[in-house]
Parts: sequence; structure tokens; C-alpha cells
Amino acid sequence: MATHAGGLTEARPVRVQGLSRGFGDRTVLDDLDVQIDAGEFVALLGRSGSGKSTLLRALAGLDGDQRGAGVVDVPENSSVVFQDARLLPWQRVLDNVVLGLRGPDAPGRGRAALAEVGLAGRERAWPNELSGGEQQRVALARALVSEPQLLLADEPFGALDALTRLRMHGLLRELCTRHRPAVLLVTHDVDEAVTLADRVLLLDAGRIAIDLAIDLPTPRSHRQPQFLAYRESLLRALGVDPTEG
Amino acid sequence: MTASLLTRPHATAPVRASRPRRRLTPGRPIPFGAALGPLLLLAAWAAGSATGWLDPRTVSAPWTVLTTAGDLIADGRLQDNLAVSAQRAGLGLAFGTVIGTLLALVAGLSRWGEAILDGPIQIKRAIPALALIPLLILWLGIGEQMKVTTITLGVLVPVYIHTHNGLRSIDSRYVELGDSLRLSRAVFLRRIVLPGALPGFLLGMRFAVVGAWLALVVVEQINSTSGIGYMMDLARQYGQTDVIIVGLVLYGLLGLLSDGLVRLVQRRTLSWRRTLAD
Repeated sequence: MATHAGGLTEARPVRVQGLSRGFGDRTVLDDLDVQIDAGEFVALLGRSGSGKSTLLRALAGLDGDQRGAGVVDVPENSSVVFQDARLLPWQRVLDNVVLGLRGPDAPGRGRAALAEVGLAGRERAWPNELSGGEQQRVALARALVSEPQLLLADEPFGALDALTRLRMHGLLRELCTRHRPAVLLVTHDVDEAVTLADRVLLLDAGRIAIDLAIDLPTPRSHRQPQFLAYRESLLRALGVDPTEG
Repeated sequence: MTASLLTRPHATAPVRASRPRRRLTPGRPIPFGAALGPLLLLAAWAAGSATGWLDPRTVSAPWTVLTTAGDLIADGRLQDNLAVSAQRAGLGLAFGTVIGTLLALVAGLSRWGEAILDGPIQIKRAIPALALIPLLILWLGIGEQMKVTTITLGVLVPVYIHTHNGLRSIDSRYVELGDSLRLSRAVFLRRIVLPGALPGFLLGMRFAVVGAWLALVVVEQINSTSGIGYMMDLARQYGQTDVIIVGLVLYGLLGLLSDGLVRLVQRRTLSWRRTLAD
């Protein structure tokens, strides 16, 4: 199961024990255990309907009125990136980034976060004026400006075109290397998971079916034989024949 | 990725010279378009009077109305009555806006608030101001209090309905965003709820400003001794069509102006929106 060996002194920002969730009489998550270390990048794979988003929403505390049981222990300071950028259309880009930001010099920190995602100079723009990729970069800046210990991302690149997605992968890896939050990235894209994550969890029928550490140097390439091996085993577990297509 | 994917050859697409494809947008804005309709109406009125098609005993000609307005201004009656009317409408509008907005916030943000407030306001909406006046006169007398109260009641309904509707139609994804950012109630209200409800509020205000002038007509023609409505009622008794029309034109202009003012605010504050009209 999802027990990942680690030292006793190591901080564990995420500890999930015996988590169950259901809608009606359908069980979505079934007695789940997950741990994520500080600074660890975990990708959560699964077919649609496997409970990926339900797990993420449980960690984000966004499932208040759902039936379920279990212990969810997450750091106070966590951020969510949604599939849609979810920027407030009536607030300018900078105001979106610093929304709810506490502490001194919020505008300054917001500007720095925007510069980090390559959007310096667009502080006064309206979200509607930005492209889809730019909007998602603003959402990343908003998520990281509070220096979260845990970043929860729910298929954040799912709505972007292939080229923009590749660029966003590079940006996300760079940002995570610099800020070192623990990351849970929900995705249905095996390549994305193997490219970005330190560890891949595969969710099937409400349980962790595979817990796979990705032991590859970064930057990773689709041409590495080991990359292909990881990819193949994950695709097989998802019920896809990797030799097809 | 190969280079051919990224570089697009320019020469292959033939340049379409003549007609652009018909578009579904309404097209370019017409300069001074807002004034066009009223000006056409004025022209038709002038033409009707000049040709004798409109009887001057029932509808005075525009120029007669203009000279009458000049006379009324010269002896100070127009300004005095207008000032009294404007004060009533302004007070009623201010009270109605504040009360309507507060009620909409309470009803929009709490289930209890909605359960308690929404019904009575819908009932008030179904009762015309004219039907309430006899009761209000018994309660408040025939003074300013009754007049301002009537206008307030007329104003708060559209402000409430549209603000409440605006609040209710705020995308639940933004509420979820607020939860995920752990926004305090105050920040949530200021950054998400109020701006999200602003388009609805401003639409309500467009109804409210015109409604304030409409309610004024009703209260000033009953037991009143001052105001535009009183001036018109007096003119009716003496058969002065021109004075009645001066009053009507004045109401029309005031309504048009106040609506234009709200629309200006709308354009300023909702500049983030991209709509069919842009």
C-alpha cells in the first residue's frame, strides 16, 4: 500500500489514514492511506472516475458536506490550482495573485511571483486579456505567492494545448525546485506524471494500486529507456496496451 | 517538436479582397446613437404640430411648450417645483438603494435571510405604489414622510431583485476558490460577492432611478402643494396642455439623464466585461 519509507525526523506535510469517501451508495475512496514528504512531488494517476479529484478535494478541505471517514492531516498553508485558471474576471491580474494574501508588502510579493512565472509588466491587465496559458500561469503565481508547504493541482494543464503544456511543465518543475512545496498533481497523462514526479500513485477503484518511485535524473526525456519502462508499466496498470497507437 | 509545426507559411492563404464574412456581432457603435431615438420622436412631434395634424388644444406644439417653459422659469415656478421634486426623488432613491442592497445581501448570503425576506419583498412587488398610498397617508399623513416612503418602497424592489439575482448567479467556482484561499468573510464579501453582484446591482439601479421619478408623479398628484406633479395637476384643472407637457418632457428628460448616468457608471466599473455590445 501507500507506505513510503522515510526517516522519523522527516517532516510529513501530508498524512492520510483510512480515508473513505462516497456519493450516495457508491464508494469513491476506500480506506486510503497516503503520505507525502516535505518537498516531494507526487503525481496521482487514474482513469476518470477513479477518485483522483475526490482525494485532492479532501486534502484541500473542499468536501465539507460529503459522507466519509478517515484522518486527513495537511499543513495549514496549502494552495490549490484548478483545471480552469479560476481568476476573478473583475480583478486585475495583480489583485488576483494577492487575493487573500496576508503579511506585509503583499503587492511587492505579488509582483515578484508574477515575474517568476514570466508575466512581469502584466500586473494591470484584466484576466480576459490573457491567453489560456497566461491565465494558468497567473493561477500558479497565486498558488505559490503564499509560499505554501503543500501545492494541490487538479489537472492544471488539462485545458491547455500541447505546446503550452510542455512549456508549463518546465515552469512548474523550475518553481517547485525553487520553493520546495510538497506537490500532489492530479493528472490523467502518464507522460506528464513520469516527466514531473518523484513518485507516481495510481488510483484504481478507490485504492492505491501502484506506488512507484521515479528514479530518473532531471530534465527527463521521453527517449530514456527507463522513462519508457515506467511509462509502459503505468499504462498497462491503467488498462492500455502501450504498443498500440 | 519539429520546426514545420511552429512556422506557418504566409504565402499560401489567398487574400480575400472584397466582402468580409458576415459577422454575428451588431456592428460598429453609431456616434451619438443614444440621442437618435429621442430626436426622431421630437421631429415627428414638431412635424405633426406644424401640419395641424396634432390639435394644439390637446397636444401643444414643441415651440409653445418651449416658450411656456421659458415663462415658468422666468417666474421661478419651474425651478422651485423641480427642486422640491428632486429632493423627494433623491431621498427616496438613497434610502431605497441602501435598504434594497442590504436586504439583497442578507437574503443572498444566508438561507434564513432569504427564507424570511424574499417572500415579503415579492409580495410588495405585486402591490402597486398607488394602492399603498391610502394606507401610508393614514400612517404617515400627507407630508414629506409619506412621499419619501412611497418612493423608497418603489426603489428598493428593483434594487433588491436585481442585486439578489446578481448575488445568486455568482459562479460557485469562485466561492470554492475563496474557500481554498481561506478568505475571511470580509475579504470574500469585498473581493468576490460585491463585485460579482455589481452588474445586477447596476441593472437594478437603472430601474430604480426611473422608478423614483415615476413614484414621484403618483405622490405629487395626491394632496400635494409643491413639485412637478403638483404643477401638472394644477394645469390639468385649468386646461393648460402646454404646462402639462412641460412637466412630461421634464420627467422624460430626468429619467433619460439619470438612466444615462447609471449607464456611464456601468461602463466605467464593468470595463472588465466583454459582451455582445462591445
